[in-house]
Amino acid sequence: MSVSSTNGKAPNVTFTLNGATVVARGDETILQAADRHGVEIPRLCYKDGYRPDGNCRVCMVEIEGERVLAPSCCRLPAEGMKVASTSARAKSSQTLVAELLLGDMPGQGASPYKRDSELDRWAAWLGVTAPRFPQRSQPAPDMSHPAMSVNLDACIQCGRCVRACREEQVNDVIGFAGRGDHSKIVFDLDDPMGASTCVACGECVQACPTGALMPANNVGLVEPDKKVDSACPYCGVGCLLTYNVKDNKILYVEGRNGPSNHSRLCVKGRFGFDYVHNPQRLTKPLIRRDGVPKSVALIDPDDVDKYFREATWDEALDLAAGKLRAIRDDDGPQALAGFGSAKGSNEEAYLVQKLVRTGFKTNNVDHCTRLCHASSVAALLEDVGSGAVSNQVSDVAFADVAIVIGSNPTINHPVAATFMKNAAKAGTKIILMDPRRSDLARHATYFLQFNGDTDVALLNGLMHVIVAEGLANEAFIRERTENYAALKEMVADYSPEKVAPITGIPADIIREVARLYATANAAIIFWGMGISQHVHGTDNARCLISLALLTGQIGRPGTGLHPLRGQNNVQGASDMGLIPMMYADYKRVDSEDARHKFEALWDMPLDSKPGLTVTEIMTAAHDGVIRGLYIMGENPAMSDPNVHHAREAMVKLEHVVVQEIFFTETASYADVILPATAFPEKTGTFTNTDRRVQLGRQAIDPPGDARQDWWIVQEIARRIGLDWNYSGPADVFEEIRKATPSMAGITWERLEREGSCTYPLEHEGDPGEPTIFIEAFPRKGGRGLFMPAKYTHADEMPDAEYPFIFTTGRQLEHWHTGSMTRRASVLDALEPDPVISVHPDDLTRLGLAPGDPLTLESRRGKITGYARADRGMQRGTFFMPFVYNEAAANLLTNDAVDPFGKIPEFKFCAVRASVGDWVGAAI
Amino acid sequence: MPVVKVLTEGIGEVNLRDIGEYRKRGGYEQWQRVATTMSPADVIDLVSKSGLRGRGGAGFPTGRKWQFLPNNGRPRYMVCNCDEAEPGTFKDHLLLEETPHQVIEGMLIGSYAIGSNHAFIYIRGEFKRGFDIFSAAIEEARAAGMLGDNVFGGEFSIELTPHRGAGAYICGEETALLNSLEGKRGEPRLKPPFPAIKGLYGEPTVVNNVETLAFLPHIVKNGPEWFAKVGPEKSPGYKIVSVSGHVKKAGNYEVPLGTTLRELLEIAGGARDGRTIVAIQPGGGSSACLFEEDLDLSYDFDTMAAHKTMLGSGAVVFFDDTTDFVKAAHALVRFFAHESCGQCTPCREGGHWLELTLERLLHGGGLDSDIDLLVSVSHQMTGLNLCPLGDSIEPFLASVVKRFEPQFRRYVKHAEPATV
Repeated sequence: MSVSSTNGKAPNVTFTLNGATVVARGDETILQAADRHGVEIPRLCYKDGYRPDGNCRVCMVEIEGERVLAPSCCRLPAEGMKVASTSARAKSSQTLVAELLLGDMPGQGASPYKRDSELDRWAAWLGVTAPRFPQRSQPAPDMSHPAMSVNLDACIQCGRCVRACREEQVNDVIGFAGRGDHSKIVFDLDDPMGASTCVACGECVQACPTGALMPANNVGLVEPDKKVDSACPYCGVGCLLTYNVKDNKILYVEGRNGPSNHSRLCVKGRFGFDYVHNPQRLTKPLIRRDGVPKSVALIDPDDVDKYFREATWDEALDLAAGKLRAIRDDDGPQALAGFGSAKGSNEEAYLVQKLVRTGFKTNNVDHCTRLCHASSVAALLEDVGSGAVSNQVSDVAFADVAIVIGSNPTINHPVAATFMKNAAKAGTKIILMDPRRSDLARHATYFLQFNGDTDVALLNGLMHVIVAEGLANEAFIRERTENYAALKEMVADYSPEKVAPITGIPADIIREVARLYATANAAIIFWGMGISQHVHGTDNARCLISLALLTGQIGRPGTGLHPLRGQNNVQGASDMGLIPMMYADYKRVDSEDARHKFEALWDMPLDSKPGLTVTEIMTAAHDGVIRGLYIMGENPAMSDPNVHHAREAMVKLEHVVVQEIFFTETASYADVILPATAFPEKTGTFTNTDRRVQLGRQAIDPPGDARQDWWIVQEIARRIGLDWNYSGPADVFEEIRKATPSMAGITWERLEREGSCTYPLEHEGDPGEPTIFIEAFPRKGGRGLFMPAKYTHADEMPDAEYPFIFTTGRQLEHWHTGSMTRRASVLDALEPDPVISVHPDDLTRLGLAPGDPLTLESRRGKITGYARADRGMQRGTFFMPFVYNEAAANLLTNDAVDPFGKIPEFKFCAVRASVGDWVGAAI
Repeated sequence: MPVVKVLTEGIGEVNLRDIGEYRKRGGYEQWQRVATTMSPADVIDLVSKSGLRGRGGAGFPTGRKWQFLPNNGRPRYMVCNCDEAEPGTFKDHLLLEETPHQVIEGMLIGSYAIGSNHAFIYIRGEFKRGFDIFSAAIEEARAAGMLGDNVFGGEFSIELTPHRGAGAYICGEETALLNSLEGKRGEPRLKPPFPAIKGLYGEPTVVNNVETLAFLPHIVKNGPEWFAKVGPEKSPGYKIVSVSGHVKKAGNYEVPLGTTLRELLEIAGGARDGRTIVAIQPGGGSSACLFEEDLDLSYDFDTMAAHKTMLGSGAVVFFDDTTDFVKAAHALVRFFAHESCGQCTPCREGGHWLELTLERLLHGGGLDSDIDLLVSVSHQMTGLNLCPLGDSIEPFLASVVKRFEPQFRRYVKHAEPATV
């Protein structure tokens, strides 16, 4: 095959290009070799990183001895070949192509949609001005999509968008229809783009050379003042991107070739940036007006003036810090708590936990990791000694088998999902296990739609087969694990025949899947919150770890354990010690060695008692034990389970400081609100799901009087008696290197240069370790621990009164509690209303049609949303994203927690359903 | 008259669609002989020695094509190309409908020779009747034990699958055919890699024309010399020629290669009374024209190539002195533009533009410069396309513009000149 690859194993080839001797490296194409030698050859359908297709024919070269010309983008040079890109025949051919294509453009001139159209550039380079041909009639524009415009009059049928959609992102929406000069790209079955199954990743827009596919609103015609290389503020995949900025506004976003995204983005990363320019941004410090009491009802952000007044920074900071200090001094440190954020940088997370530990003098500090992967981390620390992923997402390409369980990556980690889909196309067998059928099922070899809540039974069943059929990796177990006998005894009880009726998966399928995983050369496990957000979340994760240990599928490329992290910096925030029981680098606060180390680093005595978690803090607030709370960038009034309870708790708090970019639901309960900076307004490091520490760079200035988060934290610290004097994020990062040995080798300069470093990276100049556990596990003795788990039920099972199962999660277009994405115009236009997914049979049973209001009620609350038919749902189950404050899913969820990870059971509670009357407006 | 009956033997006399009738005349004996007494290498050797060249258009030596398959242990596929769509060609159609067992026998022998256990025949979508006849014949052959597992009790197993196209000319191009057969859009693939290396489902594949394969039982039966000694040394054997155009008796005529064009004209009943042949398109719509002074040329692969045209699929169209070559060129250009798959720029855009220009010329809106433009653009397009389709426009167009330029010039000034 003439497609180039980069393995570089092929020998170098010497050939002649336009009379000069040229050496092509390995399997470079003629075009690539020419590029490297500075010989320009025009190209249109070729895009670096994509499979060359050779259809545009503008890169044609003449090869001595060959009758016809050859596309240099696809053709590999042969030893001694004589190639001419500038011969009369080659030039005449290249020119004809440019002339024919230019003749097709509107007005036969420059693209009216893009400043830097590649066709315009190469036509000018070839000297083509006025085509000799009459212009053809052109199709009408398609403006049906809020994010992108389709101008097929500028389409040159190069097929880059088709490859973008089908081969890069594997969404399979764009295709070619028609033949000859009727040939055109279509979305699905020639639907308008906005009505198609397009997921708006925008890869096609990024791929289009002429502007036929462009971000809406003609931004392609505006020349940016600057381009700033940064990262994506949304999920844990950690895509790198470039902000195009003009007049302190972000014009548009382009994917950048980062190690975790290969220039790909999803709809949020590419089109979800204008929340930063939303008029609801907080621009002045606010103080609650005297005599305006707190109540459980949410405050409309447009009514803020009735409850709060503007203040100067000094007044607001003095009040915020003064009262925290007073509570600490009156009631003792245990009356205070702080929440940091997994949306903040490592530097911010580090400062927040340091403020709480050294300023508040308590370990009552936590963040939303408690709500997402706390149980996974608990199990990983317990069994393999490290809470981070063992292998990176891109390792799926080296895996023969990939288990994806309790995860909907095409929605929650869209760019990571593209690599899984790429791997599936290249032969990796995907085993998808989930109570809800997601898009990835289309690419899976096995899809096990098991009954919700039965993870442990299913996984023990798999291990039973592996043990019973002698497929366990005895050598690995002997040399690298402990407590195998206990596991063996436990799983003996879980024969496939016994597990089948519990899980709903036939015994034979359980056997086939167990064999497939156990006998693969390399098999990797990805999981998400379907595993972690249960009262048996830690047990679920323990089973996955045992599965890997049992088969030795860990410690090599293409194997291992990868809990897909949710937030862009949830890995980093935990690494920084933004959790109540550990300092940075997962050193326990109740370990004397660790405490002494941090006492020395911070030069003061520290509390040895582990602090309270997110949910425990809310209960303590409810009980009046905690009186003051500092919240930086978290939104517990939306994200906590049984959120009415959390809101009541916050009403009871004497002093709440909220540091935010918007007036969130949580801000309704604040005493002082400090306007902070959004992601593109600050510089800092963020650690993605792959353990990659990546640099986010400031692209725009914050609005009004909003200030840098690190500065705000420092000002509070100073006002409660700490002598802080950081000059900025780089300065904080230097201290992080001292506190976190696994990151000690990463320097700020290297991050500025490379943009991304993988830890562990202990010494400057190290390459970083993409795969860990190669020789040992970082536990005492170096062995992995089998922790057998017994199948148990959810805290609240359906019954006659509440017969349905309710489960929550995210949706592609929105982020968590919606504070950013519901204020991002494109994302809000794509998904404006609260939707409840339900199997169509249940809809019929309830007497509802898709789009009808549907009311759900649990023992804790009641909400009404619009019913959405979804055949991927199991009958008897409802799914809802927790993003909509007019129908907050967490009003229904159960606040029972896993005993180890202290994670609430967001994935399972009992509800009853009825025909709804009306759906409220967003607050 | 040098008309022979090899492949066409019995057609019109007996019902060769009936396997009994076919076998009565010795049908499937050669297949049995091959499968039970010969090695694949023997068959390849035999075919190479016969000098058989592909009858689909390119005239590539069949034995050599078979030898390109790599010995990589992968499955191999034999694909019979029955998409016959080249303008003026109608010979495969005849074989498909009239003597399907002869085609099957050829496919079986070819499959055995290359070691393929699964052969496909890609039948042009419009040949519904032929498809039905052929499908029935396959079932008859299967019932008779000619194909299936362990044929004749030996180790060789062979399956044969007929597939109907959906009406695209481009699917006669072998790589577009393979894409279509795989259920994909009928678009040609870039070469290299060639099908011999990476063909159907990415595996080594041979694509042979119907007529090519149909010759195999005869070559096995009569020996390679029987075939090799007929006609010119490098272009031997027999050929069914589809003769059409301004002749009295258009039709398929089986002749030895080396027959002259004039003889072919005579076989087809000669020119219409009182008319003179002024041009001959000797190898389908993609070939350049020859003219009356060329009538005594030998009709074979190499002579045609030496005169800058080709034998192609063996479709000879005679044009007499009533022909409006502007209209003829327009019809042919329109055909190619219409049949462009749209994948590569020069064919998609250039073909369409040439059609528009000819249309403009025909309707009186043409410019003098258009005529030079027709020649220069069609020439610029040639050698530039992803497959031969885009290169098929220039030969006829350029040859008739050059020869009959005044006809084209007349249209510049008159919408509908009296040309007849």
